[in-house]
Amino acid sequence: MGVKTIITQLLAQLPEHCVLSHTEDLRPYECDALSAYRALPLAVVIPETAEQIRIALQICSEKNVPVVARGSGTGLSGGALPHSQGILLSLARFNRIIEIDPQNRTARVQPGVTNLAISSAAAAYGLYYAPDPSSQLACSIGGNVAENAGGVHCLKYGLTTHNIQALEVLTIDGEQLTIGSQALDAPGYDLLALLTGSEGLLAITIEITVKLLPCPEVAQVVMASFDSVDAAGTAVTATIASGIIPAGLELLDRPAIKAVDKFINTGYPKDAAAILLCELDGTQADVSAQIERVERVFTEAGATSQQISRDEQERQRFWAGRKAAFPAMGRLSPDYYCMDGTIPRKHLAKVLNHINTLSEEYQLPICNVFHAGDGNLHPLILYDANKPGELQRTEELGGKILELCVEVGGTITGEHGVGMEKINQMCVQFNSAELQQFHDIKQAFDPDKLLNPGKAIPTLHRCAEFGAMHVHHGELPHPELERF
Amino acid sequence: MTIQQDLQQQVQSAAASRSPLVICGGNSKSFYGRATSGDTLSLDGHQGIIDYTPSELVVSVRAGTLLSELQAELAKEAQMLPFEPPHFGETATLGGCIASGISGPRRPYTGAVRDFVLGVNCINGKGEYLRLGGQVMKNVAGYDLSRTLTGSLGTLAVLLDAHLKVLPRPPLETTLLQHCSAATAVELFNRWAGQPLPLSGACYLDGALYVRLSGMTEGVQAAVNTVGGEPLDNATQFWNQLREQQLPFFSGETPLWRLSVPAATPPLALDGAMLLDWGGAQRWLKTDLPADVVRHCVTAAGGHATLFRGGDRDSAVFQPLQPAMLALHQRLKHSLDPVGIFNPGRMYPDL
Ligand SMILES: Cc1cc2nc3c(=O)[nH]c(=O)nc-3n(C[C@H](O)[C@H](O)[C@H](O)COP(=O)(O)OP(=O)(O)OC[C@H]3O[C@@H](n4cnc5c(N)ncnc54)[C@H](O)[C@@H]3O)c2cc1C
Repeated sequence: MGVKTIITQLLAQLPEHCVLSHTEDLRPYECDALSAYRALPLAVVIPETAEQIRIALQICSEKNVPVVARGSGTGLSGGALPHSQGILLSLARFNRIIEIDPQNRTARVQPGVTNLAISSAAAAYGLYYAPDPSSQLACSIGGNVAENAGGVHCLKYGLTTHNIQALEVLTIDGEQLTIGSQALDAPGYDLLALLTGSEGLLAITIEITVKLLPCPEVAQVVMASFDSVDAAGTAVTATIASGIIPAGLELLDRPAIKAVDKFINTGYPKDAAAILLCELDGTQADVSAQIERVERVFTEAGATSQQISRDEQERQRFWAGRKAAFPAMGRLSPDYYCMDGTIPRKHLAKVLNHINTLSEEYQLPICNVFHAGDGNLHPLILYDANKPGELQRTEELGGKILELCVEVGGTITGEHGVGMEKINQMCVQFNSAELQQFHDIKQAFDPDKLLNPGKAIPTLHRCAEFGAMHVHHGELPHPELERF
Repeated sequence: MTIQQDLQQQVQSAAASRSPLVICGGNSKSFYGRATSGDTLSLDGHQGIIDYTPSELVVSVRAGTLLSELQAELAKEAQMLPFEPPHFGETATLGGCIASGISGPRRPYTGAVRDFVLGVNCINGKGEYLRLGGQVMKNVAGYDLSRTLTGSLGTLAVLLDAHLKVLPRPPLETTLLQHCSAATAVELFNRWAGQPLPLSGACYLDGALYVRLSGMTEGVQAAVNTVGGEPLDNATQFWNQLREQQLPFFSGETPLWRLSVPAATPPLALDGAMLLDWGGAQRWLKTDLPADVVRHCVTAAGGHATLFRGGDRDSAVFQPLQPAMLALHQRLKHSLDPVGIFNPGRMYPDL
């Protein structure tokens, strides 16, 4: 259908200020945080009411026009990348916290509310929303649900899927459904699990009920240095094996420590090959006991020095470097590319060493700052998009890292989603029957494939082409690889 | 031919002849759900732990493995299934545990069965072998179907293997008892849950409130002072009997309803005997009241009601779904089990 017709239709039924169609107005929406992928949509719709969303969906459904939802656009896999023949549906104006129920420890919020705003509002009741992506100041809870976002504290408190209770969604034909319930479970299939992490392919979320947890009495961080990444990896495994589940357990390797240190004064030990930041939280009595145990485990694993945060200020200072990692990379290199594979923890050292080898092979520096406790790697490849061929080499290197994750029994994405970015690696992780099953699930929700088409699940055709290309270059190590 | 291939073949031929299959683990939960019939597809021979590295907090298990056997292996390493699943009989298997999705007293504080399912291998209604999810803590590749299969009562696929997250057993557990009204109990449950206390169980029965605290010695001792009450002897036995529905409350022939409601819901005005579990979020009701009376009251409170044991097993055992929701369920079922051979009607008449 023509651009004009769809815009006319939208304008006929929605307020004028809710529909953007001039190129200069579309520009800010052309990409998410994976800026290497860009496209302009036919129009951007920024509704203010659920009824307006429903109208927009119905128009698109009738006219067979693709719809891509967008929260805050902080996604790192191109999930909110517009469709050049579709509309972009921004949920930005759905930014209200509808209700906080301190007795039942839940909050009902609109999808455009930022992650951090929920915890800020709940703080008055001594409660907070546990999943805390590093982007929490900006990212929307609707986007978190769509990606099943994680964060530093997910090791102990779980991912988005463990911390939400209900969704109100609109299907592509404008039908409103309640998924989950205000109780701990709902009758029928667990559609809450299915929708969480579905990357905007199944339905549009218009309201979320999140669970709130009591704020811990205290939190303290142990910062330990190691003279090899192997030793730090061992310390991670040993901590978990000792029966402790830290609130967070993060690793920075030498290049990352250096980069961060140039950016802000962290006080991180400069000579360390790796540092671990291990947060323990709970009651004071519990935390003190756990710190004692963690210190012992780290010493046994060969920690060269250890510091324990003495007060809240020092705890914040320990975390400051970790939190500044991304901006620090931005300072260090014109561009960086953040990967997101997860591996069984026991392979940490092996995989990190292999990543180093790949880094040398491709002549592209890599920094590692990541959620070590749950084996979720975030190798950051530093590159310069202005140098011809460098982006392509970066993507190729990234692909290799993801395939390595699959090879050791892991996954191509722990929390950032497949989006557009990892669509080819899906062909490595899943076989045709599995991918077809995913398409069949999609069919049950969105038979005309209008919601975020082309993302998250590759067509079998695409995989065949990717496979052929890969084998042609002789790159895929084990095309027959099983994940487990 | 491997057991997996054999099962695939059985599914394929059932699909070809459109003959229903009743998927069967240890038959310990055959009382649960609606009546169904068909040829038995037994997971009996598909047993054993595939992989267990305690430091990974992950265990991979075949569906026919006895729940008791798995738990004994985990206990050796001071670990546990955090959702404290009821067995309802010695023959309970892991497959049945996941398919029924029933969690025990720890559920509101550590999570439900689905929260710990990282991935499954299964056979869909076309007889295809599928690996869904994975064996790592964080994994967002593909739709999260393994959690969706959890609690689907075998109506979507045949569960072959599961990868589960496990947790360390808390070094210390203490149970405290105090006497109060049901209304006070609900209030206390939720006041405590809003504070950073190491809760791991909270129930109320016959005028007595039981609260379990689990964690490191220091933290539990501090919490004991906050919560108050008398220590309960034989606490392990008490929670086991609650979980397994072996307390005297559960005996007799009166239909047993499971009410799932927002935790802070005040005591419901329904005739019959009531036991509060999950800090108020799960309530057991023994009553002869008609289903619509029970459901009317529970729905008004924002919850749903299941006819858990007894009563008419051909009736709407689970809370009926709205038409649009039922239609979506049917399409979803169709996408995994196109001919409709798996446990037909076990969950809903048209599913
Ligand atoms: C510096 C930085 C740090 C980050 N750190 C983390 C981290 O620690 N952990 C982590 O998990 N992620 C992290 N991310 C990634 C990103 O912030 C998350 O994926 C976040 O959940 C995206 O939210 P958003 O609102 O920006 O969504 P968007 O980017 O706008 O959209 C993401 C996806 O969600 C869909 N979507 C959005 N809203 C809806 C809706 N209402 N209904 C249906 N579909 C919808 C979109 O179509 C798209 O597919 C980080 C990103 C950056 C830039």
